Amino acid sequence: MATSAEKILSKASGARQVKVGDLVVADVDFVFAHDGTAPLMIDVIREFGVSNLKLAGKSSLFIDHAAPSPSVQSSILHRKMRDFATIHGIKLYDVGEGVCHQVVLDNELVKAGEVVVGADSHTTIHGAVGAFAVGVGSTDAAFALATGKLWFRVPETIKITLKGPSLGFGVSAKDIALALLGKLGTDGARYMALEYHDLLRPSLSKSSRATIANLSAEMGAKAALFPVEPYVPDADADYFSEIELDCSSLEPLVAKPPLPSNVVSVSEVEDVEVDEVFIGSCTNGRFEDLSAAAEILRNRRVKEGLRCIVIPASRHVYQEALEKGIIEVFLRAGCVVGPPTCGPCVGAHMGLLGPGEIAVSTANRNFTGRMGDPSAKIFLASPATAAASAVEGRITDPRKYLKK
Amino acid sequence: MIRGKAIKLGDDVNTDLVIAGRYKFRSISIEDMAKHIFEDLDPTLASKISPGDIIVAGKNFGCGSSREQAPRVMVAAGISAVVAKSFARIFFRNAINIGLPAITVEEKFVDSTADGDLLEINLERSSLKNQTRNIEVKFNPFPKMLLEILDAGGLVSYVKKKGSLLQ
Repeated sequence: MATSAEKILSKASGARQVKVGDLVVADVDFVFAHDGTAPLMIDVIREFGVSNLKLAGKSSLFIDHAAPSPSVQSSILHRKMRDFATIHGIKLYDVGEGVCHQVVLDNELVKAGEVVVGADSHTTIHGAVGAFAVGVGSTDAAFALATGKLWFRVPETIKITLKGPSLGFGVSAKDIALALLGKLGTDGARYMALEYHDLLRPSLSKSSRATIANLSAEMGAKAALFPVEPYVPDADADYFSEIELDCSSLEPLVAKPPLPSNVVSVSEVEDVEVDEVFIGSCTNGRFEDLSAAAEILRNRRVKEGLRCIVIPASRHVYQEALEKGIIEVFLRAGCVVGPPTCGPCVGAHMGLLGPGEIAVSTANRNFTGRMGDPSAKIFLASPATAAASAVEGRITDPRKYLKK
Repeated sequence: MIRGKAIKLGDDVNTDLVIAGRYKFRSISIEDMAKHIFEDLDPTLASKISPGDIIVAGKNFGCGSSREQAPRVMVAAGISAVVAKSFARIFFRNAINIGLPAITVEEKFVDSTADGDLLEINLERSSLKNQTRNIEVKFNPFPKMLLEILDAGGLVSYVKKKGSLLQ
């Protein structure tokens, strides 16, 4: 009967059973915003003219997009967030704590079956733990924070089965997500929920699931769910469509500019010379990702003339990487290691691209102008592919640096 | 009734193209950002927009970042409505929430409309007319609540008019 998304929305809206297309008002369990969206959210709260915020105790603010502040104007916005958080008793994660999504995952602020509203498009990431997590704009976030509720259209669901038995050699969750982006395009899941069924052995880690749920936003998805009991779908759930992906035959993939759906095999772009490699972001800045990159960069050097910027997604990730000796691997290889932040992914600071420059990034978007000058080009790839490219100074298949 | 001349754009116009992230973190006022609207798509476009103009775009308009600055900058630049083959969901919600009509129409209408054509939108009748080419189409009517939000000029004014946040 019901998909995972429908089960969660039924519970959250007090309906017996919601149907695709219904408009429901759902109770929101957790709401958050960052320095790219919170300042506007604060303005909207003021326009609403409410002083008592229903969800203040179940919300967080994050300073992660331009953190630490690269400009006086950003500093003013950050100050506005701190003042607002103090007045309303909202938990604020300040500069250095990390990218909002990773801090939420590290601290387990979101649980399976919850309805989560984030003023960031990659909020779909929290489906990695089974939550119905939706990205919204500042006005919706303000509404949810003030009232504890938000209206949703019950989405269709696409069932995606990840088949094995195991992941192909040199292939990671990023390549799974890129393969799906290649199939679905930038709008194949528009307004829909993606429901992932992981048949791989060993099954995907929470970190890998996060990467896939995160990139589901680039397919247009409203939510991405790795279902968790009791919100697993019924055997006879109705799906809009079903996709099976053979993960054992996948190869390392790359998304060419200017869309994350322009996916090709790494071998098709191997001659492209690279100026900058960025390893980080909410998509691929976790410990698992840094480890995969370090495996290749250990006892090797970043190509002369190329800059390799590594940014752990959170303080927690940074600390773990430091304790396990991974930060040292990056430093010895000649990488720049930055403080936990979104970094160059959003084009705010820390490694913007100049005219005509080419980057390999482990992040989520290769849109024109995303990381700096509009004539710069961004290729999206896995941490392993990014690290191998940093060693050679051109886009490189990571398998040649890995032991089978 | 909304009247304006068409500004034609392609598929997958993302919110970074509407307003680049580098401005979002630099300028504070939406009016300042409006000078840079669509800059990475076409640096001359901002100077060509006149008040009341209507964006006519391809599929998946507004994909990408959740930045609500995107529809707000469009309003500040004088755009009166967006007509597209389809909209990315966050942009659609954001547009309605700030009172910018976002209208999904059949592909043929978009394909047969050219830059500068004179358009007329009637939200109550769910009709869209290209006066230059004398083509009229109907679009799926907005749910009542969304029409009321648009009519009020956005979610904030709607809620204030209703007297409470949820009714």
